[in-house]
Amino acid sequence: MSDFIIEMLQITKEFPGIKANDNITLQLKKGEVHALLGENGAGKSTLMSILFGLYQAEHGEIHKNGQKVLINNPNDANALNIGMVHQHFKLVEVFSVLENIILGVEPTKYSVLKRNEARQKIVQLSQQYKLSVEPDALIEDISVGMQQRVEILKMLYRDNEILIFDEPTAVLTPQEIKELMAIIRGLKAEGKSILFITHKLNEIMEVADRCTVLRKGQCIGTVDIDQTSVEELSRMMVGRPVQLIVDKADLIPGEIVLAVEHLTVASKLHKNNAVKDVSFNVRAGEIVCLAGIEGNGQSELIYALTGIEKPVSGRLTLKGHDLTKSSIRDRSKAGISHIPEDRHKFGLVLDYSLAENLVLQRYWEPRFHQNGLINREAVNQYADNLISKYDIRSGQGAQTIVRSMSGGNQQKAIVAREIDKNPELLIAIQPTRGLDIGAIEYIHTQLVAQRDSGKGVLLVSLELDEVMNVSDRILVIYEGNIVGEFDPKETTVEQLGLYMAGARRNDVKGGQV
Amino acid sequence: MIILADIISATIIFAIPLLLVALGGMYSERSGTINIALEGIMIIGALFSSLFLNYAEKSGWGASHAQLAMLLAILVGGVTGLIYSLLLALASVSLKADQTIGGTALNLFAPAFAIVLSWAVQGQGQTTIYIPTWIKITQANFGLTISENPGFWEAMIFKNLYLTTPVAIVILALTIFLIYQTRFGLRLRACGEHPQAADSVGINVYKLRYIGVAISGFLAGIGGLAFTIAAGSGFQSTVAGYGFFALAVMIFGNWNPIRIFGAALFFALFKVIGSYSGSIPFLPSFSGIKYSQYLYQMLPYIVTMIILVFTSKKSRAPKAEGIPYDKGSR
Repeated sequence: MSDFIIEMLQITKEFPGIKANDNITLQLKKGEVHALLGENGAGKSTLMSILFGLYQAEHGEIHKNGQKVLINNPNDANALNIGMVHQHFKLVEVFSVLENIILGVEPTKYSVLKRNEARQKIVQLSQQYKLSVEPDALIEDISVGMQQRVEILKMLYRDNEILIFDEPTAVLTPQEIKELMAIIRGLKAEGKSILFITHKLNEIMEVADRCTVLRKGQCIGTVDIDQTSVEELSRMMVGRPVQLIVDKADLIPGEIVLAVEHLTVASKLHKNNAVKDVSFNVRAGEIVCLAGIEGNGQSELIYALTGIEKPVSGRLTLKGHDLTKSSIRDRSKAGISHIPEDRHKFGLVLDYSLAENLVLQRYWEPRFHQNGLINREAVNQYADNLISKYDIRSGQGAQTIVRSMSGGNQQKAIVAREIDKNPELLIAIQPTRGLDIGAIEYIHTQLVAQRDSGKGVLLVSLELDEVMNVSDRILVIYEGNIVGEFDPKETTVEQLGLYMAGARRNDVKGGQV
Repeated sequence: MIILADIISATIIFAIPLLLVALGGMYSERSGTINIALEGIMIIGALFSSLFLNYAEKSGWGASHAQLAMLLAILVGGVTGLIYSLLLALASVSLKADQTIGGTALNLFAPAFAIVLSWAVQGQGQTTIYIPTWIKITQANFGLTISENPGFWEAMIFKNLYLTTPVAIVILALTIFLIYQTRFGLRLRACGEHPQAADSVGINVYKLRYIGVAISGFLAGIGGLAFTIAAGSGFQSTVAGYGFFALAVMIFGNWNPIRIFGAALFFALFKVIGSYSGSIPFLPSFSGIKYSQYLYQMLPYIVTMIILVFTSKKSRAPKAEGIPYDKGSR
């Protein structure tokens, strides 16, 4: 009997233009939490997809308990008690929790669903692992954190022993992450073996026993967590020492770039206004951070600033020009750049090529035109220039379909497009969400570079570390009001937390120091 | 009162093809494949079942085994419709072609083929395939005598009763059960909503989409026969846009079998009001307008447009319909 419940030996997998996995070996002990660490595009998801049967490796073997096994599809994986929580959940939104859990392994009698039997098992599992999931709720009505628990229950319902989590914390709020860590510890205590894909080092330090590091498709090594440090892990992952603290010069604030006066924005979710009479400024050469728990009006505020939605009342000016009623393109031309919250929905046309996405806001400029037709050559030249300047990596260069690129490189493409416009004001909403440490460092550097070149930056973030680290001034938003204004040097994460949760408020009208 | 009975009876007979075909469309779309070819499939089903009934009449055994012949005709219509729909499944599921274009091609092919075959069987210019009258279910089938002056209920039930009506009701009940209570229904709906999710739990999305399209072909084929019976004057290589009509019924019915039933009755009622407008006393006759008889006949089509304008925004189509499933795409 082998020590390892799962061994992936010398796995190699190629995609057109990219060697996603190059001779990788990963060994999972029974009952351990094993982290798989690497930047976006390092090959973590590919490796796990091979284990789960979504892809087949060109070379290499998978062993379970020392026996060689073949995994050609998810059914094979399931038969070997391997389950996976995908980064993008595989849940049918209009189905109930119960229907999603039993889908594929439905208990039936004469092919009629036995819902009651399934419900009993789900309730029992939910209690055993403290998941508190409501079996009859619809997926579309429950939070992302709850949806993830449904995915976990899906694996438990199938009696899976090996649980793969693909970037489970990327979509969660800090509170939900804390709860997930507790759940993972609970799973481990019940004897489950867990593979945990991530690029967040503090999570690994908190929950993992061992960690395998991948970089550019290659296996860098496996380390015991109690014998390593954040610094060592990040060096292994990125291949060089990483600046974890953002280095920036002292603030030299200039003139007011963005002035928001008494802005009120309606909500699409409920009858109340999502943003209530908010006023604040962003000056040249400063990074203003809007901190708050998700759903407190940040999105609506940004929609109103960028022109996606019209405000109910109020005024916004950019360097003295009134933009309250301007179109999105006019705002863009006036100097607002926008790194959107949802890069798939607002940032990119996923089925367009990288080059087309990079000129999405300027294809109409004369330089990209010839006799009324788009000048492909000029577009490609411009794209190639941005690709090398901003280090955007993709399979087929400017012609890569954006959908096939990794999240980090998709985000880099947006950053390149938005910054290259040389904006007066850069609005960035959670620009580092779901990105790895190298990409986060890169994005932070770009934000600070904008600030240092005398631009205004408005950053919306849910991550307090980021808020404290990057910003020059912090505004806390709670239920559509700005309830506090802070200097990051003079406040603490705990204090911000109190304001974000609505426990304290200190209404700011006018918004200027 | 007899007029009311007539109207109800006519509404039912016109609602049956709409119900069958819209339910068929629902199976296909619930699996994730838009079936715009319903019109063409109806024509194919109607063509072969009419030819079959015609053959049964000519060979003489049909009249003596009327309801058996009718049941076989229903099967012929269903099976030929199913076979024809497999072309759509092949194009849109296996070959991942655009589903709208594939469906349109089938719609264009079907009426032309029907004319060619009608002429080949019956002779040049003989476009109409006549349906024998013995397929009607009468009081005699239940051992009752046919009265000279039928009462309200008798008129309502026996004015237009064909085997397609009970068959459609059984199919409706079966559909409600299948879609919501069985493993098959759960998996079918999952394929139409989130095929990646279905695939990740080991469901064969391609197979279920084939089945969805095949069932829609079977039902649309029967629907073609039901329409031909309702239209009354035999099969003339057309189903008069009822396939598209059924699509509207399906959307108005929000891809839900019970609501589709309601929608089918609703649309059929307007169709019947159109035809009976002359004999309904309280309806204005617009006699000052030239060709005023056509005003009411436009009614069902106008109502369709108006209703779709107001409901299509709220209606909730299966999320993944119209997108060919490709395992590789993220």
